[in-house]
Amino acid sequence: MSAASATPANFPSSRRWLVWSGIAALCAWVLVPIYLVALGALGGRQGVYQWPKTGLPTGISIEPFLLFLRSEGVTQSFLNSLGAAGITVVLSIALGAPAGYALARYSFVGKDSYRLLVLLTRAFPLAILALPLTVSFIRLGLYDTVYGVGLIHTVLALPFAALVTQGIFLGVPRELEEAAWIFGCSRVQAFFKVVVPLAMPGIVATAVFAFVISWNEVFAASVLTVRNRTLTAYLLTVLSESPMHFRFAGGLLLILPSVVFIFAVRRYLFAIWGISSK
Amino acid sequence: MWPGIRSFRQRRYQMTSNRSWTPYLLILPSVAFLALLFVAPLVQTIWLALSENGAPSLANMRTMVNDLNFVPSLRNTFLLALAVVPVQVAIALAMGTLVAKIGAGRETILWIWTIPLGISDLAAGMVWLAILQNTGYLNSLLFGLGLIERQTAWLTYQTPVALFVGIAVAEIWRGTAIVMVIIVAGLNQVPREYREAAEIFGAGPWTRFWRITLPLIRPALQSALILRTVLAFEVFAVVYALGGRNFPVLVGEAYTWQNQNQNYGVAGAYAVLIMVISLAATVVYLKAIKVDPERLP
Repeated sequence: MSAASATPANFPSSRRWLVWSGIAALCAWVLVPIYLVALGALGGRQGVYQWPKTGLPTGISIEPFLLFLRSEGVTQSFLNSLGAAGITVVLSIALGAPAGYALARYSFVGKDSYRLLVLLTRAFPLAILALPLTVSFIRLGLYDTVYGVGLIHTVLALPFAALVTQGIFLGVPRELEEAAWIFGCSRVQAFFKVVVPLAMPGIVATAVFAFVISWNEVFAASVLTVRNRTLTAYLLTVLSESPMHFRFAGGLLLILPSVVFIFAVRRYLFAIWGISSK
Repeated sequence: MWPGIRSFRQRRYQMTSNRSWTPYLLILPSVAFLALLFVAPLVQTIWLALSENGAPSLANMRTMVNDLNFVPSLRNTFLLALAVVPVQVAIALAMGTLVAKIGAGRETILWIWTIPLGISDLAAGMVWLAILQNTGYLNSLLFGLGLIERQTAWLTYQTPVALFVGIAVAEIWRGTAIVMVIIVAGLNQVPREYREAAEIFGAGPWTRFWRITLPLIRPALQSALILRTVLAFEVFAVVYALGGRNFPVLVGEAYTWQNQNQNYGVAGAYAVLIMVISLAATVVYLKAIKVDPERLP
């Protein structure tokens, strides 16, 4: 690289080629494993024992994957995962967005302490906190429920939501809000009629992230459930006794929704992380 | 993108005239929630680990330290973090540098590279299981190249090095995306003029990278390192999916003590140990990578 760019004018094409081959290699590094697990999920039992493998999509069909979806516990745990993620999204936005607005628009005593509390959560392995919660959740009737899992996942997503919504509300010009007050809106009206529509895309992106955080969480969900398992907890517990192609199908089922969601918020990814890593 | 996202640092004027209880009312729900479900379980965990039958005791700590799996799990977790985090940062920096050099197709490439961000460690374990299992694609490739005669097992306790490498590769595959996103977000905030000025004064690409870019993305680097290291010490599901219990790690031991042995005290001891390591790592990064707010772009 250094030799090529010492005289950049002479070697533009070779340098370009180097950049693009690097990019292509890194894209393959990300995509090929996903393609291979999809082959495994769609190849069924025969596919697993085929030797040597070619890596070409031969002998695949949707049947083995559907068979996996119909096997006992999969649909229910899928729905449980959706439920827990839904609770996480609603709670982390409902609790985090007001805090983000307060951080963005007011200066108050204790603001720095609050920011410190939020940032402190990042230095902790939060899912571990599920361990002592087992006892109190049993007492409260939250153990082995989707609500309990949703609550602990909200602990993971809430600090993130508060920080990101702070950035989003800072990005909405305060002048617009003030203009609304002058035209007779109350603070609450101005917030819902002026700020919310402008902040909406960012808030939706934050919600999607909260969803993905909950959807992917394994440890807390496994500790806090027995029968009402989320998809990750279910797959973890049946892992050792399930056949290979079921494991691959499980992996694919876990990957698909989050890939779609990441695609949906791809334009906001970098802005969000720019904010939350400040 | 919402308006003015880059300039909000400068525009941090506030409604100072309004000294009311409104902001407190707004943060109260989240404070109450975090007090109940973050601070309280934190204190509970510490108490669980350091007590027995309601009295302070180091019995749980002793049981943990004397357990057969304690030393291997501690060693494995540290080795994994040491192997994985630097490689992730290096790949993320390479991604950020490469993507800065192209115009068209930038969005698509960044999207592809961020896909693993949505993939759980359990799913990552299953993905790499498809590649590394006995009749998997790695063996097929090696067989096709004539490097192995028959199917080789990589993920057993007789092949600890191969198992370690497999787990590390799966972790690098999955966890690089988050580092990349934070670093690219940091790179986007470095003004072009800085690098152009350095170029005019004759700085080569390496000098520009080490002297201009890297110091300017320190805040991003710091938060990426903290986030990734804390996550690396939480590694669990990817290990379990690939190696079962052949490769003990700290969180895996906490899980076993809690769910199989029903011993919440020892599980709590492991949890406290993991927290102490994570906090120590965070403090080290905060000290080692000094971020000077005055010099930020």
